[in-house]
Amino acid sequence: MNKAKTDTQTKITMLAKCPTGIQGIDEITFGGLPQGRPVLLCGKAGCGKTLMAMEFLVRGATQFNEAGVFMAFEETAEELRQNVTSLGWDLAELIKEKKLAIDHIRVERSEIEETGEYDLEALFIRLGFEIDAIAAKRVVIDTLEVLFGGLDNAAIVRSELRRLFLWLKSKGVTAIITSESGDNSLTRHGLEEYVSDCVIRLDQRVVNELSTRRLQIIKYRGSKHGSNEYPFLIKENGISVLPITSVGLDYSVTNEWISSGIKRLDQMLGGKGFFRGSSILISGTAGTGKSSFSAHFADATCQRGERCLFFVFEESPQQIIRNMRSIGIYLEATVNQGLLKFQALRPTFYGLEMHLVNILSIVNEFQPDVVILDPISNLTFGSNDIQIKTFMMRLIDYLKSKNITTIFTNLNEGNSAFVEYTEIGVSSLADTWILLRAIESNGERNRLIHILKSRGTSHSNQVREFLLTNQGVQLLDVYLGTEGVLTGTARIVQEAKDKAAALAQQQKIEQKQRDIERKRLLMQAQIQAIEAQFEIEQKEIERLIDIEETQQSFLMAEKHKRAKLRQLDS
Amino acid sequence: MESIGCQDKYSSAQIDIWELRLYVAGQTPKSLKAFANLKKICEDHLEGKYRIEVIDLIENPQLAKGDQILAVPTLVRKLPEPVKQIIGDLSNTEKVLVGLDLRHVL
Repeated sequence: MNKAKTDTQTKITMLAKCPTGIQGIDEITFGGLPQGRPVLLCGKAGCGKTLMAMEFLVRGATQFNEAGVFMAFEETAEELRQNVTSLGWDLAELIKEKKLAIDHIRVERSEIEETGEYDLEALFIRLGFEIDAIAAKRVVIDTLEVLFGGLDNAAIVRSELRRLFLWLKSKGVTAIITSESGDNSLTRHGLEEYVSDCVIRLDQRVVNELSTRRLQIIKYRGSKHGSNEYPFLIKENGISVLPITSVGLDYSVTNEWISSGIKRLDQMLGGKGFFRGSSILISGTAGTGKSSFSAHFADATCQRGERCLFFVFEESPQQIIRNMRSIGIYLEATVNQGLLKFQALRPTFYGLEMHLVNILSIVNEFQPDVVILDPISNLTFGSNDIQIKTFMMRLIDYLKSKNITTIFTNLNEGNSAFVEYTEIGVSSLADTWILLRAIESNGERNRLIHILKSRGTSHSNQVREFLLTNQGVQLLDVYLGTEGVLTGTARIVQEAKDKAAALAQQQKIEQKQRDIERKRLLMQAQIQAIEAQFEIEQKEIERLIDIEETQQSFLMAEKHKRAKLRQLDS
Repeated sequence: MESIGCQDKYSSAQIDIWELRLYVAGQTPKSLKAFANLKKICEDHLEGKYRIEVIDLIENPQLAKGDQILAVPTLVRKLPEPVKQIIGDLSNTEKVLVGLDLRHVL
């Protein structure tokens, strides 16, 4: 009765998983390998099976505190130890701490004589002993096929193998069994019949002279798993698989603005700059200043105390630091502070997949707020359109999901008629597209900047000229002449002309003002003169009137006097 | 060939006692059979100049590592050198003799 209860209980609980600790594998298996079950790891020679198996044990010991046993059929314990020291794993230390046990099993056909019935119980006993000695929960058997080569009786080997896997399950250990792939089959001797709970295949392909390693989960009973081929790298501390699970375009966005490092550019972008987490494409023909803009942005980022990761595919970091000094950007200090990290990668060294894996693993490690890729046109050399587009989409998608602002520069090879076309159609992935152009006029080339698009912000539609001065990039005013925008010396000439014209205008105005003043004064003077005249005349006339009146009164007086004298009767 | 045979005769003549180890995993029919077969072969071909040691790996699992034992039953000829390994229940006498290099003693 109790058994039935526990049975239903185990039915409801999900398959327990054993996390590997290997970067990327736990994501694509949604938790790790199936706990307590054997896993088949197959692949051709040199794909990295032994390495992956060893990493599974090492990480189990160091990260998950689970001891592991490595049963090696092909290499001795000493060889294995030596082979993995370059990855920084100290197996001797782990063995001393009883976290790891390596047992080498020699199967030498010439030394063995088969004389009748036998079974491989000794192998079981050895394995069991090792497992019990350190209470191991993880086991690696590398590689069982040696038994097929060493022992004649294939029937016995097969039946013992079947027994081995059942035995491993009963021990409750998670086991990785490595095996070599045949030409058309997963394993040479058909081990996949026995180990069928989980099958992972490793692969190494050479395309266009570049080799890529890939991993595929062929089968995983009882669990969801990513079933694509995932490229992986063997890096200096182990395997790194990068599962680009961009299921949907679903990432959170912020409303925060960050400056581009150039004030007038921020003003052109609606006054504030770029959205944090957006992707910015700076494209232009050779020598237009794309790297300079990127350097400004890097500098601005570090001044804010944020981390910036600068991938360079064309120049060495020292060259960039030196060259940016000439425009007044000093990057050494920020590099020393650890805020700015240059990562120079040779573009032809890896294929696109590897570049992606590498870039993302460096991003994961450094955790930057801003990533600059300069230039991406180099990276995509030798790949076809689909690959390039996929690469860019995955990269940008990943960076956006981490809310990292990205700047990527692209070299346009074209003549000016096609400047708005990026060879790889990448412009649709960018939220902001800044185009740098060199325009030729009057025997010189001047630099112009356009903002072709900026999603989510208002932006200036004016083309502007800019200079690379020793105080950095300086944007100049738009200068429109009769033929359109003027740049370079033409602009200077026009500026001078305009200044002269303004000066002349000013003088004219002043002249006119002086004129008015003069007239006013004149008028005033005239008025005064007339008034004075009037007064004089008025006085004169009054005097005359006086005289007349006096005369009149005198005449009257005379008349009276005469009348009196004449004794007129009247 | 003859010279090697002489050398073997010489070396095995020098070494009086043959050291043989039989590795088993508990008292299974195979191990019992192997032991019986071994005794018979030794009686027939070594005339008492031998010493058989039976090692039960279930009791002493760590001993399997030393001699690189893979299968049971396994017979290991420790002396005379070189060490030889024979797996199986030793029912094929011919092969056992070849494996132990016992022919030359005869």
